[in-house]
Amino acid sequence: MAMNGAAQIVINRVSHVYRPPRGREVLALQDVSLEVRRREFVALLGPSGCGKSTLLYLIGGFLPTVDGTIAVEGRPVAGPGPDRGIVFQHFALFPWKTVRSNILYGLEKVGLERAEREKRAQAFIDMVGLSGFEDSYPSQLSGGMKQRTAIARTLAIDPDILLMDEPFGALDAQTRSLMQTELLAIWQRSRKTVIFVTHDVQEAVYLAERVAVMSARPGRIKTIVDTNFDKNDRAVFKQKAFIDKVDEIWELVRNEALAALEERAP
Amino acid sequence: MNPRIANNVLFRYAPLLLIAVFWEIAARSGIVSELALPPLSTVLEAWWKMFISGELIVNGASSMYRTVAGLGLAIIVGVLLGIFMAWFKPINAVLAPIVEVFYPLPKSALIPVTAIWLGFGDGSKILLIFLGCMIPVTIGAYNGARGSDQALVWSARAMGASRMRTLLDVVAPSALPEILSGVRIALAISFVLLVSSELLVSRQGLGHMIGFLGDGGAYDAMFAAVLTVALLGFLADRAYQMVMRKALQWQE
Repeated sequence: MAMNGAAQIVINRVSHVYRPPRGREVLALQDVSLEVRRREFVALLGPSGCGKSTLLYLIGGFLPTVDGTIAVEGRPVAGPGPDRGIVFQHFALFPWKTVRSNILYGLEKVGLERAEREKRAQAFIDMVGLSGFEDSYPSQLSGGMKQRTAIARTLAIDPDILLMDEPFGALDAQTRSLMQTELLAIWQRSRKTVIFVTHDVQEAVYLAERVAVMSARPGRIKTIVDTNFDKNDRAVFKQKAFIDKVDEIWELVRNEALAALEERAP
Repeated sequence: MNPRIANNVLFRYAPLLLIAVFWEIAARSGIVSELALPPLSTVLEAWWKMFISGELIVNGASSMYRTVAGLGLAIIVGVLLGIFMAWFKPINAVLAPIVEVFYPLPKSALIPVTAIWLGFGDGSKILLIFLGCMIPVTIGAYNGARGSDQALVWSARAMGASRMRTLLDVVAPSALPEILSGVRIALAISFVLLVSSELLVSRQGLGHMIGFLGDGGAYDAMFAAVLTVALLGFLADRAYQMVMRKALQWQE
């Protein structure tokens, strides 16, 4: 992949062994290389257990990269940092904090002044449409509202890179569809780099500019497909080119999904 | 308190009134010997006398001081131990076997031991209550901290919190429900240890009063002291439950 050194994230021949507390070691990732440009939207697509989330956690610095290298802005990843925000499938909101306090938390950590923090938190609460729910606890919110809060919390500290770990996987179909559109709107406005983990082919094709299709365990990047469709129009779902692209990628994933299923069978 | 809640409380504890009436009748009618069970009215009279004379207050204050000090220390140390055990493997390796062996030991067996070490005064009671109450708090904090969600810790880290900082910001609040359950158990244990140690090796306190008055044959006063302990234990538990509900109001 020739990128003239413009890549923001460079993943070079990364392998990762997962050691569960009990049981034998699992090779989760094998020899994965990927480059992501600044402000690019890349989806990591693959069957469950293929290591796509593991790859995301390595980029985030939550897990140590032992075999291979991952560099962000030319510097090797040494741990988590506010330059790489993360959004989890199950929201990971602090349940003992209100919507507002959840969003304020990160702003305190990055050292903003109090007045500025309050202003900024409110702006992001308004942006994700949660005005009126500032003082609600996560347990009082719907799944979609929780994920909006989590996204607002992450965006508020303005990371360059947004790591998303199946962020809409726990939402119902309608909410998911709305959130996809909202995410695209946010991305087009803020133009952050997004790495988006999903096992939903249609979601990957619709959201991403490139889809990295991963193999069943041990996870490798099987191929990278360009999927740059018009994101301002949900009618794109009905276009032949879009449907063909989904079919094409689905073919690639199908065999891997079958392989993953067989591995799970006793 | 609004009238409806007052009504509910009255209704809920009405059976206690029934016991009080039976108690009075049984003692007065001679079904039960007055020595074994003085009439409730006599007991309440004895209570009032001891209250006026200041006996109850002096001894009650002494008992409360011992409980609060022992339990307070146990909560502070127990929470810290439990969280560090859950988070740092070497600390767990050293402390886990100690906790395991110490856990099933009936702490009342340490009453003479603490008395030999620290004498008949406050110190031995505080140490005993501390030792007995620390274990359930430690176990609660340990389980709670271990169960804290990895994604929450990672979220905090990604927002710039250091690893140590996440212990305070994420792990401790995650463990709060289990810590509070552990403290509730500790609260009950503290009363058991307080009274039994004061009965055996003390010159002051409500437990000492119970033993002293019983030995002297002042059974009405002894029952008054027993009722006082029961009432304090009940009030402490109710108050604690209110605090707990308030602290956990974020839960669904």
